[in-house]
Amino acid sequence: MASFSTSVTQRGAARTALAFIAPGFLLFAVLIIYPMVRAFQMSFYDWNVIAGAASDFTGFHNYVRAYHDPVFWRAAANSAVYMAFTVPPQVVLGLLVAMLLNNRAPGRALFRVLFYLPVVTSWVVVSLLFQYLFADSGLVNWMLHDVTHLTAKPTPWLAGRWTGMAVVSALGVWKGIGWSMMIFLAALQGVPKELMESAAMDGAGPWQRFRAVTLPAVRPAAVFVTVMLVIGGFNVFTSVLLVTGGGPADSTQVLLTYMYQQAFKNLDFGYGSAIAVLLTLLVFALSLVQLRLFRSDPEEAP
Amino acid sequence: MTSAAHPLSRRNRPGNGPRSRSRNQPRLTALAAARYATLIVGAAVMVLPFVYMLSTSFKSQTYVLSIPPQFVPHPATTANYSGAWGSHDFGRYFVNSLVVAVCTTTLSLLLSSMMAYGFARFRFPGRELLYRLLLLGLMIPAMMLIIPQFILAKYLGLLDSLAGLVVFYVAGSLPLNTFLLRGFFAAIPVELEQAMRVDGAGAWTRYRLLVLPLAKPALATATIFTFLASWDEFAWSLTIITTPSKQTLPLAIELFQGQNSTLWGLVFAASVIAVLPVIAVFLVFQRYFVQGLTSGAVKG
Repeated sequence: MASFSTSVTQRGAARTALAFIAPGFLLFAVLIIYPMVRAFQMSFYDWNVIAGAASDFTGFHNYVRAYHDPVFWRAAANSAVYMAFTVPPQVVLGLLVAMLLNNRAPGRALFRVLFYLPVVTSWVVVSLLFQYLFADSGLVNWMLHDVTHLTAKPTPWLAGRWTGMAVVSALGVWKGIGWSMMIFLAALQGVPKELMESAAMDGAGPWQRFRAVTLPAVRPAAVFVTVMLVIGGFNVFTSVLLVTGGGPADSTQVLLTYMYQQAFKNLDFGYGSAIAVLLTLLVFALSLVQLRLFRSDPEEAP
Repeated sequence: MTSAAHPLSRRNRPGNGPRSRSRNQPRLTALAAARYATLIVGAAVMVLPFVYMLSTSFKSQTYVLSIPPQFVPHPATTANYSGAWGSHDFGRYFVNSLVVAVCTTTLSLLLSSMMAYGFARFRFPGRELLYRLLLLGLMIPAMMLIIPQFILAKYLGLLDSLAGLVVFYVAGSLPLNTFLLRGFFAAIPVELEQAMRVDGAGAWTRYRLLVLPLAKPALATATIFTFLASWDEFAWSLTIITTPSKQTLPLAIELFQGQNSTLWGLVFAASVIAVLPVIAVFLVFQRYFVQGLTSGAVKG
């Protein structure tokens, strides 16, 4: 790259490069960067949605309001619950499935497709599907109550906070395992076979081989998967909106559904923006903490 | 091949009994059986919901939530499909989704491949800064920007239009696609381009006739991910589309469900119609999915 561009005059190169970059970058700047700045700015206003009407600068009022808003804290807690319920299972089960598939056994390609199927299906479709499966007289209640008699009566899954969060979390795990499996499968290809064999020759059992050979090899991938899933966990929106609608009585709101409700139902754009900014800062901080903790660079993985 | 009678091929078939298995590895065989049992249970959990959805799409409303549930619809009916396609203007939504996804993918691939070429092959002041700004777009989730983007779309007159979907989808897809393609372009040997330069080819010719043809696998990956993302997108279309005739598939399906007593058969007939193209694309272009996932931060 360097030797190539030094043969071009600097100014000519810059002009050509700009011609290639400008159209896309301008679009990106107007539709992504500008709104980014705007989101911060709007969060300090009592935003007036009527065109031309003045909006009042209210300083940190929207943030103070969030601090005193019990629904905001419940939404934050629900986001954290969702993360706790979905991230560890996706990492562990994704790695497990990847390890089960990581050999030349027949049927490998088929299993890979089957596990990946939910990942490519739209959130709208799978959310409605789960709402249907967990309906009062749906398939899950039929299995738990009528077939196995594990529950004394049908569970009204979507009528309570914890059962509602459980359904949404189950959906998140079910839809996400295929993705982490794919990342781990790619990482496992990098584990040298000879290393495994020589460890086995030296008398290492399956568990020791896993700890000594597999785990260090997939560590960067695991860091990458974890960071991405934590970010994804705080970004849960469509499934909550469609499965529980944040209800009953705001009990299953997560940060993004609450932000959306404030902005597009209550038309409180300033408060909605403040919630969005808080969530962005939280995600950034968490990502930094995780990277410090794992001491690795996500761009190196997988 | 009449392989069933051939002793060699019989040995590889599962479930042939212990006699045909390798005798000195009984433990390995047991392990393999456990491995397959686990995989089959897992795969069943992944797939059965889809099978049940397909089954429900052929049920009449009376049977969608009956106890015990019907696994094989009886009587089976195709009324949900004809209802979705006929009385609910579903063909229109399908075409809308297709138009939006095709326009988004074409524009995004054009703009991002140009940017990727510019970033990969030229040195100029401010290059690092611009590239970092672009990568910032990878870290900011789309939902964070939805409020200011809504106001911007209103100002630009893009509310309630398919164009409003396309331009914002394109902008949102640029960081990832540029990142993906830049890596691929940078790996193309510079010597090839130098040879073309000696022959008098300008930058645009080299981009069009050398770099793009060589980068076909990366372009395929970017195409598939962009197409599927815009085909499935929900939150932004929910926010800006209000006229029924401008709805895309995810929006239409959600609205089917939103009515008082959900017509599940209709919802799932519509879902099957929306999901089938996706599954077809995935099955045909599987290897590009794997490439895309392993070359960068693509979250499905």
